[in-house]
Amino acid sequence: MNLDRESQQIFQDSARDWVLNSAPISHFRHQRDSQPYVSGRELWQEQVELGWPGIMVPEELGGSGLGMQELSLVIEQMGRSLTASPLLSTGLIAVSALSLCEQTDFSRSRLTSIASGELTVALATEEGNHHAPHCVSATARQHEGQWLLNGRKIRVADANSADAFLVSAKIEASDQLGVFLLPAEGVSVTPLAIFDSREHGNISFDAIAVPEQALLVARDSSTSLLDQILDRARIGLAVEMLGSANAAFEMTLDYLKIREQFGQLIGSFQALQHRAAKMYIELELARSVVDAALLAVDEGSTEIPLLASQAKALVGDTLNHITNETIQLHGGIGMTDEHDAGLFIKRARVTEYLYGSSAFHRDRYARLRGF
Amino acid sequence: MATELERFRDEVREWLELNCPASMRTPMVDSEIPWGGRNAKFPNPDTKLWLDRMIEKGWTVPTWPEQYGGAGLSIEQAQVLEQEMEKINARTPLFSMGIFMLGPVLLELGTEEQKQRFLPDIARGKRRWCQGYSEPGAGSDLASLSTKAELRGDHYLINGSKIWNSEADQSDWIFCLVRTDFDAPKHKGISFLLFDLDSPGVDRQPIKLISGSSVFCQTFFDDVKVPAENLVGEENAGWSIAKRLLQYERQNVGKHLNKSFDIKLWDLAKKYSSSADGQIEPDLRSRIARQAIQDGALGLLIERLEREADNPNAGSMSSVMKVAMADINLQRGELAIEAMGAAGLGWQGDEFPEEALGEVRVWLRGKANSIEGGTSEVNLNIIAKRILGLPDPQH
Repeated sequence: MNLDRESQQIFQDSARDWVLNSAPISHFRHQRDSQPYVSGRELWQEQVELGWPGIMVPEELGGSGLGMQELSLVIEQMGRSLTASPLLSTGLIAVSALSLCEQTDFSRSRLTSIASGELTVALATEEGNHHAPHCVSATARQHEGQWLLNGRKIRVADANSADAFLVSAKIEASDQLGVFLLPAEGVSVTPLAIFDSREHGNISFDAIAVPEQALLVARDSSTSLLDQILDRARIGLAVEMLGSANAAFEMTLDYLKIREQFGQLIGSFQALQHRAAKMYIELELARSVVDAALLAVDEGSTEIPLLASQAKALVGDTLNHITNETIQLHGGIGMTDEHDAGLFIKRARVTEYLYGSSAFHRDRYARLRGF
Repeated sequence: MATELERFRDEVREWLELNCPASMRTPMVDSEIPWGGRNAKFPNPDTKLWLDRMIEKGWTVPTWPEQYGGAGLSIEQAQVLEQEMEKINARTPLFSMGIFMLGPVLLELGTEEQKQRFLPDIARGKRRWCQGYSEPGAGSDLASLSTKAELRGDHYLINGSKIWNSEADQSDWIFCLVRTDFDAPKHKGISFLLFDLDSPGVDRQPIKLISGSSVFCQTFFDDVKVPAENLVGEENAGWSIAKRLLQYERQNVGKHLNKSFDIKLWDLAKKYSSSADGQIEPDLRSRIARQAIQDGALGLLIERLEREADNPNAGSMSSVMKVAMADINLQRGELAIEAMGAAGLGWQGDEFPEEALGEVRVWLRGKANSIEGGTSEVNLNIIAKRILGLPDPQH
């Protein structure tokens, strides 16, 4: 179910208020400077109280039964403010996975736990340096009515504090890839120091047993569950990236209106005006694709894969361009650690990489169009 | 509400199925484009039949009020009509600068008498219009135009010259910017006049372009008499009308060009590949994919802006569309030529496929996309100033 435009606006306003009050960029900066990495868990309880983890969870399981369009209103605000939060991994990706699969007692109880804030989940699909979700070495073996999982996943977002992992594994004695929900107990996590200062870790699991229902089976078997989950992850991440791109752009625009050189505001120079105007055009194009992708998810359209790749590729290029221009148009101050330009470009490059770079998605888009 | 719209969709689909001739469900060919006007020609009789049926429904201008030849449809209904026409590849029944440029301005700013006099003829394709904006000395600096109009009792006397008048030699009437006050600041002495190109003293000269065709004219006015009632808006207040019309022009140029190509680049690249399985260089493939992603995004932006008619920047957003369209379309032209390799180098002759020769002309004609209707540079200025609020340059 989706809200009407007016209710969406109210929703967006409350998300913006929370971000401005509880999670401004200065908060992220303070945490970065005082801890090895910024944990998304620190502000999680407040988000749970606002009901955000359960936005997409059905009402009968304790959620709000809304769509990805509504959740994206919150995620975009977090992107604007560089808020570290497991909301994308848990409230969007894991809820999508647990909703797209055949419903069992297992899936329903996990959705309930997510909505109540007791369970956070991280998506663990990568094994190599570049996004290649179908090249999987991790294995799953059936043993006495359980699955035994073995393998290693790298650079897992929100890994360090996650209560459970969604892992892809090759099912032994078949050529099928399965998606399993694996509790964090027994999983070994090695935190990584990545330049966005977020929680990322490598994980390994050695013969961990999970119940039979921990294998999530797609309800719609026309495409693999893993691809269905990843496409939603890509669109959700594109929303966060669009928020960041807009915030970095607005910060740059503000600077053009106050910085004086040669006795005038630098924003009066046509060379810089045109660069700003081009960024604005890119943002408008990117938003149009992201909106269409969100609508496609909520309507269950067959265009989801195409729009997911289109959105991730276009938003990735846009964010890359804008974060570079943010530094250049700020000049020397943009190079300093005390300015936020650096925080934006560092987070940007990590999100550009996550769930497939622009290059990956251009290639995939072309293939999906039969080329 | 949604069900009402779905009912309308069913009606539209049924009507189109019954009334759109089979040959009007094929891609448009240049020689059959229905421009209407006094000298309208219909080499394919189905074109006329299709046009007449659409006029009857008011669907050449679906959102215009019925008394002016439209059907009074809501924007949502008009989008449904458009979508259903697209589904069966129905051709646009009438191409017209009257429909997408002059008409909307008259609806907003014309007198009741002017609306009744001009709009129904536009809706029915009875009169073909062309634009008289640029002058040899007034391109990007349009407001410096100097074609002179002097009020002499019940008529104006026009002297001067206009350039880049699309198909002026095929058109019936012109909507023309003229200077009525040479002493006022340049934006405050401009008026907006409508007149017949068959009037004595009008001379139209086609201009040959790099594409080899002559889609534009230079037009000369020597003591042309125009009735005073053909003035739109107040005398010397024509600049705001001119700008409003440009917004409609930019919106529609973006929209129109965006729909005319679709996936042909992929097809061209496969077809003219040198390998049996249609493979091309990975770099070219990647650039085609990038262009296709942007092209798709432009289509989605256009749809979004139609939905968001209450956007406070709606007028200036036409500049966003125009720049994006020009950029994406220029890329397309370049990629089409590159994808065809040697076949994309032909100018004329049987040695080259007709399609490749066509693409060459489209590529060259397309170079004007970032110039006509306001250069990309002028539109970037508008975005910087009107939307982003950046300060004016100091001198």
